This record gives sequence, structure tokens and C-alpha cells, in this order.
Amino acid sequence: MSNSELRSSIHPSDLVRTATIGLRTRPLRAALSALGIMIGIGAMVAVLGLSESSKSELLDQLERLGTNLLIVQAGTGIGRGAAELPDEAMEMVSRIGPVVSTSYVSDVSANVYRSDLIPAAQSGAISVKATEPELLEAVGGSMATGVFLDDATSTYPAVVLGAVAADRLGIDSLEGSPVVWLGGEWFSVVGVMQTLDLHADLDRSALVGSVAAEAFLDHEDQPTVIYVRAEPEDVLSVADVIPATANPQFPDQVEVARPTDALEAAEAADDTLTALFLGLGAVALLVGGVGIANVMVISVLERRNEIGLRRALGATRRHISFQFLAESSILAGTGGTAGVLLGVGVTAAWAAYRGWDTLVPMVAVFGGVAAALVIGTVAGLYPALRASRLSPTEALRA
Amino acid sequence: MTQPVLELKNVSKTYPTTPPVHAVQNVDMIVESGELLAVVGPSGSGKSTMLHIMGTLDRPTSGEVTVAGHEVSTMSDAKLSGLRSAHIGFVFQAFHLLTGYSALDNVADGLLYTGMSLDDRRARAYEALVTVGLGNRLDHVATQLSGGEGQRVAIARAIVGDHSLVLADEPTGNLDTQTSEDIVELLHHLNGAGTTIVVVTHDLEIAESLPRIVRLRDGRIESDRTKEPA
Repeated sequence: MSNSELRSSIHPSDLVRTATIGLRTRPLRAALSALGIMIGIGAMVAVLGLSESSKSELLDQLERLGTNLLIVQAGTGIGRGAAELPDEAMEMVSRIGPVVSTSYVSDVSANVYRSDLIPAAQSGAISVKATEPELLEAVGGSMATGVFLDDATSTYPAVVLGAVAADRLGIDSLEGSPVVWLGGEWFSVVGVMQTLDLHADLDRSALVGSVAAEAFLDHEDQPTVIYVRAEPEDVLSVADVIPATANPQFPDQVEVARPTDALEAAEAADDTLTALFLGLGAVALLVGGVGIANVMVISVLERRNEIGLRRALGATRRHISFQFLAESSILAGTGGTAGVLLGVGVTAAWAAYRGWDTLVPMVAVFGGVAAALVIGTVAGLYPALRASRLSPTEALRA
Repeated sequence: MTQPVLELKNVSKTYPTTPPVHAVQNVDMIVESGELLAVVGPSGSGKSTMLHIMGTLDRPTSGEVTVAGHEVSTMSDAKLSGLRSAHIGFVFQAFHLLTGYSALDNVADGLLYTGMSLDDRRARAYEALVTVGLGNRLDHVATQLSGGEGQRVAIARAIVGDHSLVLADEPTGNLDTQTSEDIVELLHHLNGAGTTIVVVTHDLEIAESLPRIVRLRDGRIESDRTKEPA
């Protein structure tokens, strides 16, 4: 036989077999060291999954609410307390090209009580507003019970309550045709609205028709807040021209807000938290990686005899280093896979609890396993080199 | 004449400690195919170093080592590994069996680095275990075997590859007298079937029972005697 034929080789299936000896003979130690990686990857996948699922919920919410709603009101800043929108503001705004529809509410100086026996001071902080039937659609609201004001009921002493207002008045159904004492008149409650996503002020209001307000409450109907729906692609430019259109004389006394901005701001805050948790997950992962490196170093020390035996049987240094490197990668890869399952499980459970769709980004799933494998390989590098550099005679003597 | 299985020419090994230790000095030795010999000597005589050099686990400081026709001094570490997997079997005093493995798989590991598939290796391992008298212990894991059985498994692992040379390092060192005799008998039996075996031991009684005795003292060969066949 010539020298060139002297070559150690190992059957591919035996590569995996030898790489898992340590894991099979010391399963508890393997499980504990994989646990660190599992927790790190699990945390990261769960954070990404929860963030994605909540984001999808937010997008649904935005889609439902529409991002094309603008709220116009008189500025209430310092020195502008008495500012009002001009009478013609609503008409002027509705003439802006891309404006699709407008609606409004007008503050009525009246209080509402469950009965005429309640002391005047116990108003429950419920405000009374005059409005028109289009308001419900404009704010994307829906009814918990009953109906909203229509052309007929707008002219009668009828009232629709916001969710909070109804709660404070103790009215949760229309059974028995409840009435409330509003501005010194009895008003029939015809409907109660669901909680509105972005209009807490309306939740705390009692809404009456503008015609009825003028007739029964001596109200001068002047818009306090105008709700504007514009073509979605022109929302920002419409917002820019509204102040000068609504109040050409004092455009700076007009405030324009886009309520969905608040949701997006909340989402941005969520992103910051997500980054923070991802960072914590990364730290857990790093600690897990150090744990694996530590276990592998100990394993190499304990298994010097085995290394010596393998060298005697014909293993090359490369075979030895590969065995320990693969063991470390398999250890971390198993932890990573378990971590991904854990993360997906946590996401699914939380999403189910919150009624969201479960969404785990594929990049988190595959990235999680890949990250674990990389960490396992890096963690195993030094122990593997150390094992392969061990002299066979020293290893056998140990 | 066939080429020797093992040839040491003027081999020395010096450990660079202070003062330097001359573990083996100017050793010349030839082992022909089919021989059964003992390398015997007291503790510190250089037996272990000799075994490591003969087994290519260590390199001499000077001199030539030729195993199965391959001169090893210029070989790379990977080539030496290949040489061991193809030509040299080892039996150790401490057996060095993998504890989680069955006897069959421990023996099959003797061929692990030949690239043979597990099924083929197991088939060969079965034959080797039958040869050493353990055909009924295939599935026992290392911890379920007695000392003698453990050493027989280790011997089966050393012969499973039909190696040119089997090196046994104190193969009876951990065994009682009766079991030791059984192991020596097994070595005789294997040698009778053609296996070349070098037993490194401090036990004179065992050495005397083998056809050739090489005595070491202070790293040098003191005597090299072959008994006349009875």
C-alpha cells in the first residue's frame, strides 16, 4: 500500500452518530445547557411574534377606522380660550376638493341627569352635544343598542348616549323606554353607542339632534368640532389648507388633528419596547452561548480518554474537532428549535387571549434556528480546537 | 522474505525537561508478521514510550520507524491517523470502552475511521466478538461486562480490522490471575490464527509465556530472546 492510500475517513451517518454521543450519554446536562439557548431564542421569537401580531391588529384597526379622518376645532391654546370656529367654517371646509364628507358636533350648555330629582351639581361630567345623523359614520362608530339619531328623531327630544355616559347614567338597555332629564326637558334615550376607538369625548357625551337642541334647549347651533373625511391620498394636503379655509381671518386659531396619528405614535412606542426586549433576548442568548461553551470545555476535559482512543483508532484531528463542533451545534440547534416552538406557542397563546391573529414572521423562525446554530458553532470552536490539539498519548494517559 | 510488520532503527526519544529524560535510547527491533512477543521491563524502563512510538501515537526524537512498509517520520498527522486505522490495533490496560455503547458497537468502532458503513462494521464486529468468545454478549453495554469480558471486547475491537499489528498495553493489568491467564490464552489463540501481537507488560510471568521476550531497562534493549519452539 502506498502512502497516498493511507487516509482515515468516516461514513457520513457516523458523523452525526459520534457527534451525539455526549448528548446521549449525558442527557440532563445537554438539556440544561440547551435551555439557555431555548429561553433566549424563545424570548426573541415571542417578542417579534407579539409585535407582528399586534401590528397586524393595529393595521386592521386603522383600516376599520380609516386614516382619512381629520378633526377640526378652534384652538384652545394659551390666550385663545375664547376662540370659536366661524359660522361658515363647515360649509367652507366641505368645499375643499378632496373632502368626501363632513359632520360636526356643537357643545350645548346643558347637563343631563337620570331624573329631575338628582341635584344639579351631580352632572356626572357628561357633556351634551348637538349633532346630525351623519356623525356616526364620520367617526366610524357603531351602536351597542338602539339606533342613532335620524332625520326624524333629530327634531324630537331624543338622545343617543356615548358608552361612558350610558354607564354613568345607569342605562344599559332600552327596555322600558328610558328617559333622561336633559336641560330641563325629558329626552327619550333612543340608542347607546359602542365605545369609540379614538373619540373618548363622544363616549362621555349625550348627543341630541341639532334641530331639537335649537327647539328645546335654546341652543345656537355653531360647530365646535368638525369631522372631515377626505380622499385618503390627499389627507395631508387637506389638513394643510383647512385652517385658512375654515377661518381665513385667523387661521392660527384653527386646530387640525388626525386621530389615527395617536395610534401610530403608540405603535412607535411599542417598537421601542420591542427593541428593548429583543436586546434582552440577545443577552439571554449570549449567556446561553457562554453556557454551552463552558459545558463543551468541561466535556473535552472529561472525555480525554475517548479522544485518545479515537486518535488510536485512526481519527484525524479534523475528525475530533468536527465531532465536538457538531455536538455543540446540535446542542444549540436543538435549544434554538425548542426556543422557536416556545416563542410561537407564547405568541399564539397571547394572541388568542387578546383575540388577535397569530403572526410570527418567518425571519424570526428561521433566523432563530440559524442564530442558535451560529452561536453553537462559535461556542464549540475553542473546545473543538482544544480537543483536536490534544496529543493522543496525553489523552490516553488521563 | 516478506517485509517486517514493524521495524525500529536506532530509535531514541528524549523529553526536553530539565534535566532531559531519555525515555528510549538507540533501540533497534524488528517484528515479523505472525510474531507474538513481549516487551517487558520494570516501571520507568520506557515501555509506554516504546508502545506509543510503535503505535505512531508519538514520534521518536531520532531514528526510523517503519510500520507495514511505511516509514513514518515524514508522514503528516492525518496520514499517521490513516496508517493507524488501516494497520494498527490497540488494546489498553483500562480497556477504554465507550460506556453508553453495546459491546457490538464498541467493537464496530474499531473500524469507524475506515469509512465503512455501520451495518458492515457491525457484521465484522459480530465475527470478532464470536472469535473472542463473546457471541452471547453483543448487546451488553460496557458497564454490564465483567473485567475479563471488557478486555475481550477491547481485544475484539483491536482485531476487527484484521490489522497488521496489534499492540497490547498491559492487557492484564486490571485483571485477576485466572482472567489474566484466559486473556493470554486468547492472545495465543489469535496469534495462532495469524495476528501479529506485541504485548507491553511489566509482568515477567506473562512475558515468559510468550515466544519472544524483549527486555527493556533504562530505555535500552537489555536482551531480545526468542524461545525455541517446543
